[in-house]
Amino acid sequence: MHVRDLLGESVVGMLARPVRSALTTLGTVLGITTLVITLGVAATAGNQIVGRFDELVATAITVEVPESPQAPLVEWTAIDRLTRLRGVESAAAVAESKDGANVFVRSNDIVDPTRVTTQSLSVLAATTGLPEAARGRMVAGRFYDVGHIRRRDRVAVIGDQAAKMLGVTRLDRAPAIFIGKHAYTVIGILGDLRRERNLSTAVLVPPTVGRQFGLRDVTRVLVNTSLGAAGLITRQAPAALSPGSGDMLQVVAPPSPTRARDKAQDDVNALFLILGLVSLVVGAVGIANVTLVTVMERVPEIGLRRALGAARRHIAAQFLLESTLIGLTGGVIGAALGIVTVVAVSAAKQWTPLLDLRLAVGAPVAGAVVGLLAGLYPALRAARMEPVDALR
Amino acid sequence: MPEPVISLVDVGREFPAQPPVRALDGVTLRVDRGDYLAIVGPSGSGKSTLLNVLGLLDRPSSGSYRLDGTETTTLRDGARTRLRGDRIGFVFQAFHLLSHRSVVENVMLAEIYRRQGRRGRRERALAALERVGLGHRTGFPPDRLSGGERQRTAIARALMGEPSLLLCDEPTGNLDSRNTEAVLDLFDELRGQGLTIVVITHEQEVSRRAGRRVRITDGVLVEE
Ligand SMILES: Nc1ncnc2c1ncn2[C@@H]1O[C@H](COP(=O)(O)OP(=O)(O)OP(=O)(O)O)[C@@H](O)[C@H]1O
Ligand SMILES: [Mg+2]
Repeated sequence: MHVRDLLGESVVGMLARPVRSALTTLGTVLGITTLVITLGVAATAGNQIVGRFDELVATAITVEVPESPQAPLVEWTAIDRLTRLRGVESAAAVAESKDGANVFVRSNDIVDPTRVTTQSLSVLAATTGLPEAARGRMVAGRFYDVGHIRRRDRVAVIGDQAAKMLGVTRLDRAPAIFIGKHAYTVIGILGDLRRERNLSTAVLVPPTVGRQFGLRDVTRVLVNTSLGAAGLITRQAPAALSPGSGDMLQVVAPPSPTRARDKAQDDVNALFLILGLVSLVVGAVGIANVTLVTVMERVPEIGLRRALGAARRHIAAQFLLESTLIGLTGGVIGAALGIVTVVAVSAAKQWTPLLDLRLAVGAPVAGAVVGLLAGLYPALRAARMEPVDALR
Repeated sequence: MPEPVISLVDVGREFPAQPPVRALDGVTLRVDRGDYLAIVGPSGSGKSTLLNVLGLLDRPSSGSYRLDGTETTTLRDGARTRLRGDRIGFVFQAFHLLSHRSVVENVMLAEIYRRQGRRGRRERALAALERVGLGHRTGFPPDRLSGGERQRTAIARALMGEPSLLLCDEPTGNLDSRNTEAVLDLFDELRGQGLTIVVITHEQEVSRRAGRRVRITDGVLVEE
């Protein structure tokens, strides 16, 4: 039997009852559509999360420096070595202590001497790279520089919230604040923090000044890396900060981006995948059922074909191909619907749709396989029929 | 002496039942090339059973059946199917035309299980339809044909593969006298062209025009 004859017979057999065939494909259409949407949207959304959301989180590293009774684990100057590493965009060393956590800070407003505010704020010492390291910006004035640190100038930079609390609004008259007994000149206000937001209520002083508040040693280092360099810097930072005892430092690295993404989506995806697979099974049962009915309706036709010289395998092949074609049709329609939906969802969310070619090709194939499996039993029944019985 | 088309020797066919049915009992029959044989007998006598055995649709329980010199009772299913497709044309009382295909497509169906190529198939089918006088109805769906035309379509399909044996079970059973006449004329003509024809019938008219007549009663065959 010629392959084209076999194909022709199957196509005609399928098209002979177009409505029934169309209805039979429904289950497969539903299943394949669900699968394509689930996989397609997952791939597209996953791509978006890596590109947008992860950028902030995935590049932030924090190094916690434990207290050491002997020499400090991390020298203030070590931050320069760290900044020189490839992949480090910005870094700053910070000293925090319990003593500095609640310090009475008072502003002395010359314009309105009656209004004297005292606030309990935390005081920290930090290196000059802090505004970048905390991903903020100077909303007024400037941050202190190396010169201030070397000269031990009594200067301070305050967070924008702290400035509000203290009533410091303008810097052109060099306002002073009292930390404890001593007066400090406020030279800048730090705001728009996207990392370490608690710094907005803090007072920052040069490390050389901080000793007076018990802020002697570095307790924390903030690092920002370029995208993708987080893993490398996580490994290199301890040695750069503290050659010799780097393993005593605790590096808090961002979670690996792929895992962060997968975890978030796994549960939902599994649910929809199961739903799609269940639809496919239902579709397969539907195809099997209808094909069986078709076989029973066409018993005389089977007898005729046997009389015309059709072998059992020809009969089996014809019905198997018919059910496979129905499955394939369902797969093609399902894949098309699924892809259109993925594109539509992407457009609505302004994502770039990510369509895997394997998915576009695999979905119709999966539909065909469903049809093939569903047709096995009916085709076997048709082939096993004896010609005499079929013609009776 | 040339090899006969059909050679049955002591063929029996039993159906397992309580008690077992002996539908054919010791049937011996020889049909030569160009013979036109009518099988007559009362209802339930075993005519269809005999035709199924002759058409390789059924296996005898005992005895020997040689078709064109080939012993068929020992053949495997595949070989019997091939022999059936190559040598035998069937005309059924119920026509068995596929309703979703045109007349010519129904006739073409006879060739798709053969080794013959696809080329010229439509032309051969049209020629077969011409032969049975249906050249003007080739594009019709079968359900718009008259009974006689349907039967002639079935005959054209049977002739399509140029069989050496044409087996007909009540070919005129559903036809009026005029259509019966047309089909019988066609059989005469085909026989004149050298085709071997075996016809089951219970109609006087049909058996009268056959060259040879055998009667079967309770599975026993007697030449008349
Ligand atoms: N598969 C079967 N199982 C049991 N008995 C059967 C079977 N097929 C046929 N028979 C019996 O064999 C006998 C012969 O049947 P067959 O169909 O050959 O009769 P027939 O001569 O063609 O009759 P009719 O003229 O009514 O068509 C009948 O008694 C029938 O009941
Ligand atoms: Mg009968």
